[in-house]
Amino acid sequence: MAAREIAATTTHPARDELTEATVTSNDRPTPAPVVEMRGISKAFDGVTVLRQVDFDVRTGEVHALAGGNGAGKSTLMKILQGVYTLDAGEIFVNGQPLRLRSIHDARDAGIGMVFQEFSLVPTLTVAQNIYLTSEPRGRGGLVDDREAVRRARKVFEDMDVDVDPRTRVASLGTAYWQLTEIAKALAQDAKVLIMDEPTASLAKHETEALFGLVDRLKARGISIIYISHRMDEVYRIADRITILRDGRHLFTAALSEVTPAQIVEGIVGEAIEHEMHYRERTATPDAPVLLEARHLNAGRRVRDVSFTVRKGEILGLAGLMGSGRTELARCLFGVDKMESGEVLLRGKPVDVSDPRAAIEAGIALIPEDRRAQGLVLDHSVNDNLLLPLLDRVRSGPWVNEGKAKRLATSLIERFSVKVANPTRPVRLLSGGNQQKVVIAKWLGTEPEVLVMDEPTAGVDIGTKHEILDMIRSLADAGKGVIVISSEYPELLAVSDRILVLRGGSIAGDLKRSDIPNEESLQLSVQGV
Amino acid sequence: MATSTRTTAPSSISSDARPDGGRSRLGDFDWHRYIIYIGFGAVFLVFAVLLRNDGFLSSNNLLNILRQTATITVIAVGMTFVIACAEIDLSVGSVAGLSSVVTAMTLSNYGIVPGIMAGLAVGLVVGIINGGLVSLLGIPSFLVTLGMLGIAAGFAQRITRSAPQPILNDTYNTIFGSGNIGPVPGLLFWSGVAVAIGGVVLARTRFGRQVLATGGNRTAAEFTGVKTKRIKFQVLLISATVASIAGMLYAGRLQSGRYQWGAGDELSAIAAVILGGTSLFGGAGSVIGTLFGALLIGLINNGLVLAGLESSEQQMVRGGIIILAVALARKK
Repeated sequence: MAAREIAATTTHPARDELTEATVTSNDRPTPAPVVEMRGISKAFDGVTVLRQVDFDVRTGEVHALAGGNGAGKSTLMKILQGVYTLDAGEIFVNGQPLRLRSIHDARDAGIGMVFQEFSLVPTLTVAQNIYLTSEPRGRGGLVDDREAVRRARKVFEDMDVDVDPRTRVASLGTAYWQLTEIAKALAQDAKVLIMDEPTASLAKHETEALFGLVDRLKARGISIIYISHRMDEVYRIADRITILRDGRHLFTAALSEVTPAQIVEGIVGEAIEHEMHYRERTATPDAPVLLEARHLNAGRRVRDVSFTVRKGEILGLAGLMGSGRTELARCLFGVDKMESGEVLLRGKPVDVSDPRAAIEAGIALIPEDRRAQGLVLDHSVNDNLLLPLLDRVRSGPWVNEGKAKRLATSLIERFSVKVANPTRPVRLLSGGNQQKVVIAKWLGTEPEVLVMDEPTAGVDIGTKHEILDMIRSLADAGKGVIVISSEYPELLAVSDRILVLRGGSIAGDLKRSDIPNEESLQLSVQGV
Repeated sequence: MATSTRTTAPSSISSDARPDGGRSRLGDFDWHRYIIYIGFGAVFLVFAVLLRNDGFLSSNNLLNILRQTATITVIAVGMTFVIACAEIDLSVGSVAGLSSVVTAMTLSNYGIVPGIMAGLAVGLVVGIINGGLVSLLGIPSFLVTLGMLGIAAGFAQRITRSAPQPILNDTYNTIFGSGNIGPVPGLLFWSGVAVAIGGVVLARTRFGRQVLATGGNRTAAEFTGVKTKRIKFQVLLISATVASIAGMLYAGRLQSGRYQWGAGDELSAIAAVILGGTSLFGGAGSVIGTLFGALLIGLINNGLVLAGLESSEQQMVRGGIIILAVALARKK
């Protein structure tokens, strides 16, 4: 299944003229690369995800790495960290050819990763985390925590940030976790730091502080590979950018020499646009308002958000990671507590203080991570489908097996779930079919408003189209649908209207007809 | 989600704003972490006052408490490692019983040294099986050790045909429980050794740190280069070996091996560990805390007996106190 998904996203014919063009600046002496990757290729189960990729990082440089989903960024970085081994190609560190077989090899070579899903132990202190497995030892080989604290202080002083190394990590805010991660890499003598979307979970002033740190690290000759989708950040701190598309190296350029539009076009490409089209729908703009949210506030990521969804309308939510898309959905469904604001359904205020209340009010959420939040993987397809519907198949206190089976079968047919035996565990299904089960399960509750968070994540292209069609027919049947997606072509294909979220607030409310193409949506999401 | 509910962000990374945990003012004293010591002191004081005429404070009674707590303390030291690693070992009680009978039987046939070796071998073999099944096959330790609880107990009962196995070797009985080692009662000596070694290993060695890291966030530990499967194997091996030593102490104190020795001790040991502040979800643990947890349980048992409660009442009060203590130790 995994192979099919990868295939779906990587085998578009590469019909871009830019593919082989390499832009380099020749007007200044180029510092020696500290890391050079040449002709890197990698395949999983016969599906090629990287083809002959070249990538290099110079001493004291911030090198941005960008590309769409499935472009191969994370695979390339995992090869550099020694998590994956390469199929073909060479890696040089400081000019020396190197084979990276494990995380240890990479660390010994001075390559440090600032993990996106943080790699800290919350119950230990900052210093204990920084020196985990390389603890300073004193008398009798016993761990010397005081020495660890002293050394950690020195590392933080050099970074020019104030963190108390004796604090337990669990009691630190996200920004401090990241600083600890960076300190951990630096304490291991990293010369190259890989940062994967480091600002995704940071507030604005924390982001600025991080950039200050990046500048200081740069001045110390430390190189940084910076993975980010945010154009403003890339322009703010990076020296060069490399763009990967479909597992190929598209171009590397100094940021002074490329425009945001060129970068967006490089990431987006043309191939995908042909695959998904917006289909004119008959939804009337004067249909009655079904759902109205008034001044919602929840935490840091939902700030004074107001919007409406009309009957039969598909509303897209666009925004970068951390823009508050998911948090808004969770807030509407009562998973996250709303601090203030009001939700109205057909003009009447409804209680969405917890998921059960939201379901009763007629709102359903199809969550982002279906494996963790949407399905009981080891239960059968039938049991999963019926979980929210048990009230409808009861005879007195007992589940009526006959009724249950008929209802499950009808849902399976209605959503064309491809399943050989619905009494077998749902984990045996492909990603796409699992997603159909999740959708079917929630539609069984006959919600009026359906919120879908990344409904096509990890499904193959065929199923993707089926799911998009499903969304359209739901709206045609008079439901209000809110679709969250980080895949713009998909958003553009289904949405009648798109809300752009930035930093937890609504930054734009665009009619589909006002968005000429994907680039323009990208640019408005980026806010450049 | 923690991130979405956090409303007070630190004002700036590079300013001198301290993260929440960095405070050191007295008003923020985190008494939850010291609840076991506070609780121990409080219970001791209450008994000292209420039971002053029942001989609670007599040195004989206090020594008795220590003696009765010793085997549980030893088992609980091993259990601290297991729980700090976010695993569990339910087989320790029956391993102690099996070790007591194997030691007794070997000792009467082959002498003292083979007897001790055989007792230790029980712990090693069980530990290797438990650890292997958990770390190599990935079976949850709860299930593996629940199964082993039955197997070890049944095996001990079968090889002895349910009969007690007397130990007539005075040297053995003196060293393991009945007598003194120097000026110190043997049982206290052994539990002191277990607490001292366990405390240093957990708090001050790389191994101990890796146990805590594995229990605190296994993925993070793995990414940092900790061989977490090996750590799991090792903690289960330690736990079973330590339990077999506890079984030998039972044998020495009661001058016999019997399959019932240690039955139910796994629950007392787990209670002692949790009371002592080790997180049931792993990642944090203290052997000294465990010692006081075990002592608190011993203290309560003793006090309730002196107060003249029936065994049925003792059980209920003991259960209530444990729940209360854990509830108080819980962070808000």
